[in-house]
Amino acid sequence: MAGTWIFVEQRDGNIRKVTFEMLSEAKKFGDEVSAVVFGKGVEGLAPEFAKYGADKVYVADADVFKDYNTGAYVAQMVAMINEYSPNAVLFAHTFNGRDFASRLAQKLEAGLATDAIAAEISAGKGVFTRAIYAGKALSKVEVTSSPVFGTIRAGVWEVVEGAGAGEVVKPAIAATDADVYQILKDFTPTVSARPDLTEADVVVSGGRGCKGPEGIKMVEDLADLLGGAVGGSRASIDSGWLGHELQVGQTGKVVNPNLYIACGISGAIQHLAGMSSSKFIAAVNTDTEAPIFNVSDFGVVADMFKVVPILLEELKK
Amino acid sequence: MKVLVCVKQTFDTEAKIELKDGKISEAGINLIINPYDEVAVEGGIQLKEKKIADEVVVVAAGSDKAMDAIRTALAMGADRGILVKQDSAADEYARAVALAAVIKEENPELVLAGHVAADDGSSQVPTRVAEILGFPHVNVITNLELADGKAVCTSEADGGTQVTEVSLPAVVSSQVSWNEPRYPSMKGIMQAKKKPVSTVDAVAAENKVAIVEVGLPPAKTAGIKLEEEPDVAAVKLADWMKNTVKVEVK
Repeated sequence: MAGTWIFVEQRDGNIRKVTFEMLSEAKKFGDEVSAVVFGKGVEGLAPEFAKYGADKVYVADADVFKDYNTGAYVAQMVAMINEYSPNAVLFAHTFNGRDFASRLAQKLEAGLATDAIAAEISAGKGVFTRAIYAGKALSKVEVTSSPVFGTIRAGVWEVVEGAGAGEVVKPAIAATDADVYQILKDFTPTVSARPDLTEADVVVSGGRGCKGPEGIKMVEDLADLLGGAVGGSRASIDSGWLGHELQVGQTGKVVNPNLYIACGISGAIQHLAGMSSSKFIAAVNTDTEAPIFNVSDFGVVADMFKVVPILLEELKK
Repeated sequence: MKVLVCVKQTFDTEAKIELKDGKISEAGINLIINPYDEVAVEGGIQLKEKKIADEVVVVAAGSDKAMDAIRTALAMGADRGILVKQDSAADEYARAVALAAVIKEENPELVLAGHVAADDGSSQVPTRVAEILGFPHVNVITNLELADGKAVCTSEADGGTQVTEVSLPAVVSSQVSWNEPRYPSMKGIMQAKKKPVSTVDAVAAENKVAIVEVGLPPAKTAGIKLEEEPDVAAVKLADWMKNTVKVEVK
C-alpha cells in the first residue's frame, strides 16, 4: 500500500498553504506521505513538497490538466489509485477539492468525509472529525471504504517543515480531452491585496454597527494594518456593504484565524457558528448584552467609531 | 424543458444544537428548506416564468417530515413533488443513490440543488448524483444562462469567479447569492395543497461512512469585557493584541 496521498491545491503554480498543512499533519500518521500534483508545467514544484516531508511526489503533467476540470482529474486519479493503491487520499476543502473528491468517491462507490478538522489515519482506517451545523456540533465519522477519502479545512493544522526524499514519480497520463465536459470560458481572479478569508491569520469583520461604507472602511483599514482579511455578518452583506463571498457564518464561510475581530456585530447564532473556532476573538459592540461577548476573549462595550480609530493609532505606535 | 430541484429539510440556521442520548435532538427545532436549496427552487421557478422550463419537479429524500419542505417549494411555485422515503441515517452515498434513481425515472434536462446543506455541510450529494447519472456538474453557481442545449454558469471559484459551459442534461448547484428566494403567497400556499406529490421508497444502498460519535464543541468561555471610556478601552485592546495575541503590524 502506498501510504497517504495529499492532493496539491494549486493554480498556475501557486500552491495553497493548506497543501503544506496536510503534508505536515500526514507525517504524523507514520506512513509514507506523497504529494500528488496535476497541472501543466508543474514538475518544478516537486521540491516544495519535499520541504514539508513528502517522501514521493506524483506529477501528472499534461495540457489536459492545465486548469482544474472534474472529468479529466477524476479519470487520472482513478487510474493512479488502481495502479498504486494508496491507503488514503486527502484533498483541501476548497471549491475544487470538494468537487473533485465527491465525484471521485462516487465513481469508486466510496465514502468521503468532507470539511474535516481532524483526522486519524492508520492501517487503511480513517476517522475524521467534522464540524456540523457550521461548528455548533462535532461529528466523528469513519470512512469504511478503501481508499479512505477526506477533504480538510484550511488552517486547522500547523505547517511544519521536515525534509522528505521528494522522489518524483510520473504516472501514466490516463485522461484525454474526451474526459473534459466542463468548458472553462473565463476566470476572473479576485483583485485583492488581502489574503483569502478562509486562510487568513487575522480576520476583521463588520456588522450592522458599521452603519455603512464609512464603518466598513474602518474595518478594512484595521484588516490591512494587520495583513488580514475582511469579513462581514449577514447584516452587512444584506445591506450591500460587502459581497456575499465575504459573509462569515452558517450560510457563508467558516473561518478559524488566529485572531478574529468583530466590529459592530451582535453575534447571531448563525454568525457565531462561522467564527467561534478562532483562536483569539475580540469584539467591539455597543450592546453589553450582545451574544458576541459570550465567545470573546477581549470585549469592548463601546461604539466602534470611537474605538477603532484609536486602536489603529495605538497599533501603529 | 423539465427542471428537477433537489431539496433537503434542515434545522433553522438560528437553531441551538443540543444532544439527547448521543444524538442531535430535534425537539423544538424549527425545520426549513436548506437555504441553498431554497435558492435552487427559486432558480427553477424563474426558469418557468421565463418560459424556459415547462415543469418544475421538487424531490426530497428523508422522513415524512420532509413533506413540509416539498409543500413549501410547491407554495413558492414548483409544480409537483416527490418524497423519497429514506432513513435519516443514510450517508451521502446512500442519499445520492436514492435521489439519482428517482431522477433517472423523471429524466429532466436540468437538475438543480444547493451546493451544500446548512446542517451536515458535506457538499457531496449533488456531485455524486451527477456522477451516477453521468451528467456534467457545475458547483456553487451565482448565475445561469440556458441556450442551445447548453448551460453557461458563473460560479464562485477558489481565488476568483469563473464561467463554465456544460451540455444539458446537467446538474447545477447553487450558491445563496444566485437569487433572492420569494416568500410563498397565501394563494401559493392554497394552491400547493392541491398540487400532486408522490411518495416512493428509497432504493437500498449501504452507507460508506459510519458515525462514531456526535458531540458538542468545548464551550467558549467569555474573557475580558471592558465597559469604560472608549479611548481607554481601545488602548487596552491594542496592548492585548500586541502582547497576548502577538499580532504583526504591517
